[in-house]
Amino acid sequence: MTRVPVRKTYKLYVGGAFPRSESGRTYEAEGHNIAQASRKDLRDAVRAARGAFGKWAAMTAYNRGQVLYRVAEMMEARASELAELCGGREEVERSVDRVVWYAGWTDKLAQVLGGANPVAGPYFNFTLPEPTGVVGIVAPAEPALLGLVSRLAPVLAGANVAVVIASETHPRAAIELAEVLATSDVPGGVVNVLTGRRDELAPHLASHLDVDALDLDRGDAELERAAADNVKRVVFARADSQSPYEISSFLELKTVWHPMGQ
Amino acid sequence: MSNPPVLPAGFELPLEPRLPRIGAIDQVALEERAAALAKRSIKKESKLFALELAVRMMDLTTLEGSDTPGKVAALAAKAIQPDPADPSVPSCAAICVYPNLVATAVERVRGTGVKVASVATSFPSGQSPLAIKLSEVEEAVALGADEIDMVIDRGAFLSGRYSKVYDEVVRVKEACGHAHLKVILETGELGTYDNVRRASLLAMAAGADFIKTSTGKLPSAATLPVLLCMLEAIRDVHDETGRVVGMKPAGGIKTAKQAIQNLVIVNETLGPDWLTPDRFRLGASSLLNDVLMQIQAQKTGRYQNPEHFTRD
Amino acid sequence: MTSSDIAPRGFEYAAAPESRSVVRLEQSYGLYVGGEWRTPESIYTTISPADEQPLADVGQAGSADVDAAVAAARSAFEGEWSALRPAERAKYMFRIARLLQERAREFAVLESLNGGKPIKESRDVDLPLAAAHFFYYAGWADKLDYAFPHRRQRAVGVAGQIIPWNFPLLMLAWKIAPALAAGNTVVLKPAETTPLTALLFCDVLRQAELPPGVVNIVTGDGRTGAALVEHEGVDKIAFTGSTEVGKAIQRELAGTGKGLTLELGGKAANIVFDDAPLDQAVEGIVNGIYFNQGHVCCAGSRLLVQESIQQPLIEKLKRRLGTLRVGDPLDKNTDVGAINSAAQLQKIEELVAVGEQEGAEIYQPPCRLPEQGYWFAPTIFTNVAQSHRIAHEEIFGPVLSVLTFRTPEEAIEKANNTAYGLSAGVWTEKGSRILWAAQRLRAGVVWANTFNRFDPTSPFGGYKESGFGREGGLHGLEPYLRFDGDGTEWGG
Repeated sequence: MTRVPVRKTYKLYVGGAFPRSESGRTYEAEGHNIAQASRKDLRDAVRAARGAFGKWAAMTAYNRGQVLYRVAEMMEARASELAELCGGREEVERSVDRVVWYAGWTDKLAQVLGGANPVAGPYFNFTLPEPTGVVGIVAPAEPALLGLVSRLAPVLAGANVAVVIASETHPRAAIELAEVLATSDVPGGVVNVLTGRRDELAPHLASHLDVDALDLDRGDAELERAAADNVKRVVFARADSQSPYEISSFLELKTVWHPMGQ
Repeated sequence: MSNPPVLPAGFELPLEPRLPRIGAIDQVALEERAAALAKRSIKKESKLFALELAVRMMDLTTLEGSDTPGKVAALAAKAIQPDPADPSVPSCAAICVYPNLVATAVERVRGTGVKVASVATSFPSGQSPLAIKLSEVEEAVALGADEIDMVIDRGAFLSGRYSKVYDEVVRVKEACGHAHLKVILETGELGTYDNVRRASLLAMAAGADFIKTSTGKLPSAATLPVLLCMLEAIRDVHDETGRVVGMKPAGGIKTAKQAIQNLVIVNETLGPDWLTPDRFRLGASSLLNDVLMQIQAQKTGRYQNPEHFTRD
Repeated sequence: MTSSDIAPRGFEYAAAPESRSVVRLEQSYGLYVGGEWRTPESIYTTISPADEQPLADVGQAGSADVDAAVAAARSAFEGEWSALRPAERAKYMFRIARLLQERAREFAVLESLNGGKPIKESRDVDLPLAAAHFFYYAGWADKLDYAFPHRRQRAVGVAGQIIPWNFPLLMLAWKIAPALAAGNTVVLKPAETTPLTALLFCDVLRQAELPPGVVNIVTGDGRTGAALVEHEGVDKIAFTGSTEVGKAIQRELAGTGKGLTLELGGKAANIVFDDAPLDQAVEGIVNGIYFNQGHVCCAGSRLLVQESIQQPLIEKLKRRLGTLRVGDPLDKNTDVGAINSAAQLQKIEELVAVGEQEGAEIYQPPCRLPEQGYWFAPTIFTNVAQSHRIAHEEIFGPVLSVLTFRTPEEAIEKANNTAYGLSAGVWTEKGSRILWAAQRLRAGVVWANTFNRFDPTSPFGGYKESGFGREGGLHGLEPYLRFDGDGTEWGG
């Protein structure tokens, strides 16, 4: 007997929930109707991200590491589904391992990037890395999963929150990843995934005054100019990189002085 | 100014320069100690004792703009006989109302042993001239209130005008006559535990019979660390001067479990002498039903249904 | 008549015992060698110090057993373990961390049963930290280039590890986690009186499917430890225990070129200045010396209180002692558990007698101690002088020695006037004084306005006769690595 399968509706991931675009639009990609986010969706996503930042950044580094490891656990559990939406099993395994790699950094950044500074005077002086805040990510078009994970994991490991414009041509891996995040103890709003037209959404992300940093899939003078309006930190993505310096691109450094005396 | 009671050491007037130097509290350590105390587990018979004690210590409260004689009558009936299905459950300590409802309250509790506490001094903000606040106190007492719950002037406190805060408490205590005075610190507005301790010491020095955490009108209210901080101040004053001052946490205590945690902290900080409604009260409204449910659960061994308890 | 007419005036805290049934104890355990259980040359019985009842028979590993364990570790090191990519080694360690989290309750109960510490400590401190250590070091396994930039590092080889009875599982984690992260294999000997959580840990290794021989557990007394230390097939020894035994090990290893780290005893000064928040300082003092019955190398066993506040502080402290509950380690309300062994109890009693003879004034709160088992009431000695033995010798029990000082300089001088140098505490509201004191205290860990705080990211270890080498943090990896080309043959 023929069984008619139930088809998935591909929606956005904003504030921990899966809404349709407020514009009601969809576009076709990979043979499916995908939600086409509008600038209002982007506005909502940034608001959700900002709202989630305080609590995410206040968690202990250890807890954040645990959450990222849980993301890896959930990805591994969904490996076969993810494999169908990207380059295949090998890409999924590399993506999971990359998340595990970054999970192990959360509680080590301060030791590698910060430290006490031996100033010439009776002062205790130390430098601490801190998250920059809301990071806008224009995800690489390819590879569909590994590209996004390579950009997102270091952002999260540094205690930042993210608004992602997913690959326009291969968005389903991003949506599946969003489903993974939703089941991984990642608080709502920490990651927000918008599918739609890159060229429609990216300028709004780049010019949004409440976004602190921009991770660009490629050099783009117009976006870089817009970013200058609130002095965003602009980073150029490397779609297959793995390094603590991908994390530090999205960190601020704070230095504190205190006298030492009886 | 009436004769102030004996001051704790180092607490001599003038207060402005001295008060900020008094009362360092380490936040992390205080919160850890409170959390550790919250994990104590108490024996079955004592648990029932604790729950019934919680009822006997309750100041059942209604402080809304929409309060009417009808509402207060219902509250009074509940305070007198909290659980109609179990007459062995004791009455509450008091009901707490606005001055306009004192007359009704007094009428309804006459002859039952339940006291009437009235808020006064432009509750909850305290932002009125002293003369008005004092006459409100006098009115409430004249109408029959046994207890007055006043608020300190937080604006004065936070801007360093400690003498004003002190003087107002002294004057209100005077105006209370025979009524006993609870001084509300509104700890949620004070910002730090250091300030909670200072305000506690200030209120006690000025004559408070009880110090109380909150008006219940702010979301952050009677947390366990705040309770511990205030109890330690009470203990220190008692050690130094022999004065006995009671304590009332109010606002945010919704469950029997929280009530018992409060009692455990009193027990371990001040000892069993303080486990009496004369020295400890719980300001609450929805707490009572949860305590009643737990009492029945203890007595019968079964989880209870909230609908079996009256909503007044 | 209401129940309030006949009820007690205060609360009696429930016997709130954590159930023993969560642990499945075997009748006897072998030695865990090469991923399998090996019958030991002889056995002994391990007991619960709270009631002296036997718990299980465990192995007394002899030289042949130790040989087999070292050989298994060597074989794993030269074979499967070194062949794995570091990222894969990391994933085994992450598995172990998660398993410890999943089975935390089981381990906590067993720890309290076999060792005597209160369940609320094993549950809230030992277990979470043990899992966290594995999690933290798992993250370093494939990032060593970032930990030691420009140094060519490689694993040392086979590490022999000997751990004490005061934090059995936690000390196991502190030893095994960095060793594995750095690519080594391990032969670990738990303390004689507390073998059980280490043996249960072998089941976690089985569940994690850790390659055989990477971790080997050999139980036994000092003789087993000596056999491990003397073994030629071991590249590095890590020892936590008494200073006396530490010195013996250091002598034994002289001239052999083997790496060594030692984490030994202490007699830490907990310094309270006159501006300290008193009630919180009392909590810190109590935590410093009565946590884990004072069986803590970094315990704040000397209270140095500024003379001007001595009287109110001591009064508060004595009153606070009255609220400490000594009793069944498995009772969730217990604050102070059993002394770990008859031998340790005897040592404590001897030194306390010495203290009384020396002229210090003893205080113990009224305390009903159980008939069976090993117990000692929380104790304070006041009027202790720097020249008293109880001001210098480590008692390793719930006994506090109180001395006074007048000025900050004097406090530092007295605090440093000891052969030990593991930890110190500073209580003051003044930030600059904290940093000034921290700078001058000759101790590996300085706690300001807190005490007994541990974290896998935070290096722990001593100055002077409290040992050398650090555990925790980036620095905890160093003893388990050899660095080529920068002249460091010692490796740790």
